[in-house]
Amino acid sequence: MTSPEGASLGAAAPKGGALLARPKGAGRGRRSSRGQLGARIAILVVVFGYLLLPLIAMLEFSTRGNYGSRSLDSFAAIFSYPDLIDGIATSLEIAVLTVFGMLLLLVPTMVWTVVRVPRMRRVIEFMCLLPLAIPAIVIVVGIAPIYHWMGTTLGGVGGSPLTLTLIDIILVLPYAYRAIDSGLRTVDVATLADAARSLGAGWPRTILQVIVPNIRGGILSASVLAVALVLGEYTISSLLSFDTLQVVIFLLGKRDSYVAVAVALSALVFAFVLLYVIARFAPGAAGRPQRAPEEEPAP
Amino acid sequence: MTETPAPMPAPPGSTAAGLVHDGAGPRRLHGAGNYLAFVPFFAYVGLFLIVPTLIVAVGAFTGGEGGFTFDNVSRLFTDDVFVSAFIKSIQLAIGTAIAGAIFGALLAWAVVRGDPNGQLRQLVVAASGVLAQFGGVMLAFAFLATFSAKGLVTLFFINVLHVGSPYDSTWLFGLTGLVVVYAYFQIPLMLIVFLPSLDGLRQEWYDTSASLGGGSWAFWRHVGGPILAPSFLGALLLLFTNAFSAYATAAALVSQGSPIITLQIANQLQSEVVLGQENVGKALALGMIVVVSLVMAAYALIQQRASRWVR
Repeated sequence: MTSPEGASLGAAAPKGGALLARPKGAGRGRRSSRGQLGARIAILVVVFGYLLLPLIAMLEFSTRGNYGSRSLDSFAAIFSYPDLIDGIATSLEIAVLTVFGMLLLLVPTMVWTVVRVPRMRRVIEFMCLLPLAIPAIVIVVGIAPIYHWMGTTLGGVGGSPLTLTLIDIILVLPYAYRAIDSGLRTVDVATLADAARSLGAGWPRTILQVIVPNIRGGILSASVLAVALVLGEYTISSLLSFDTLQVVIFLLGKRDSYVAVAVALSALVFAFVLLYVIARFAPGAAGRPQRAPEEEPAP
Repeated sequence: MTETPAPMPAPPGSTAAGLVHDGAGPRRLHGAGNYLAFVPFFAYVGLFLIVPTLIVAVGAFTGGEGGFTFDNVSRLFTDDVFVSAFIKSIQLAIGTAIAGAIFGALLAWAVVRGDPNGQLRQLVVAASGVLAQFGGVMLAFAFLATFSAKGLVTLFFINVLHVGSPYDSTWLFGLTGLVVVYAYFQIPLMLIVFLPSLDGLRQEWYDTSASLGGGSWAFWRHVGGPILAPSFLGALLLLFTNAFSAYATAAALVSQGSPIITLQIANQLQSEVVLGQENVGKALALGMIVVVSLVMAAYALIQQRASRWVR
């Protein structure tokens, strides 16, 4: 560190503060930072342009009226397609079931690794990240015989689209694991559990009333990610012939592309608002800046 | 740092708790009981992930009449349609991974250089979270609304510039279209994966480099570049698997034929089964598992190196 001034600036803005810290150099430094600003703006404009253009096009496309006017008819028409409403309802039901199933499966297991058997942490993590290495379409190929069997032997229950929940829970594991794990890291779960147990609480009560409230940020973001994944899931439902939201949108696109685009845009905005709220307000949430050295990707 | 989770039970805590429950009985005696709690998790993942994978792996080597055979797997190497589908899938994945990685990294840099906790960053990270998942049907429709014959950009050329459309919209429904559309979710994914590594670049390193007379080129050439290289490579591999595995977008967009491997597999699932070829789809799926596993193994290796510098 060359000057105390530079040190204090560096400390105040430990990361990404170069624009502040640079000018202490000379004209050269200042010039380079102006160049940097230009480069930043150019990059932001180009990449945002590419990312925003299709969204703007969706908005423009779905609000086209007759003779160049604007209208919201396509959005209103959403409600005149009963298939679509059914698809939305089915997907929402699956989403809710997936959230509960995922939490029921993951939270006790992960709490148990922290409290009792830390050496299993690695194994559980590996299992949870496994779906990233097995493409969804491969799961379909392997699971189709199982679903065929369920459909023929379990009757109405086995053939219901809600059975998709079983696979969606698997698909959401990598993301849910990350989210809950970052929640668990922020509190001393072992001490909490010991305290609750020593006061006479059983395990169910310890987990539900003591640990869950303390990791609600992680649970919330895991749930949101699960909802987003289920609402966007197409591969598995279409290949197993279940009419979920995305399958219906796809079919609708062949009949009335304007309404289909309107639905797609609405679903996207819904997901964005959900995730933005989480990123803003939940601790240990998906987009938290300083943490998570290694986040994981999309299917 | 990943070895020990923060909330490890500390010795004093464990003795205090030991006094109260389980008798003073040391936990180690209850070892087997402790592991019982994992049964539901392993049973579930086993049934809905491991068993399907095994069905694929075993089926790939099973003939139409049962019995062991190499016929299905050998078709991956001899049947021109499958060979070309694998090659195209890999080309598509490499191309969009590189494009996504470069633009995503640049975007991440442009965002990080601003206020690390500012509005711009929060917005970009949240938006990327959505857009990285925004594959599939909805994304295909977004591009149809942009570039199809009735799309915004096409109409802009025709109605506003009066020059006629400079392209034939059919490009959107082939491999070119897939490249452009896939890049759309690769860039945000890269941002999410790569941002934490950029955060790991410390201000002191910039300062030290600058005080030794290094410009920004020297910094990236000798400090930033080498440090970020493993994370960048790792992210690149992740993007590769992401594009390689993608199905929904292609299914919604591609109108003719099944140029890539995921579409071929779907074909096998949906079409009438030719006698004796029931398990070709499983062989194709196994091929995908092999490719993805190799890439993920490389990713894990690189990630170990990368994590040395992040924090």
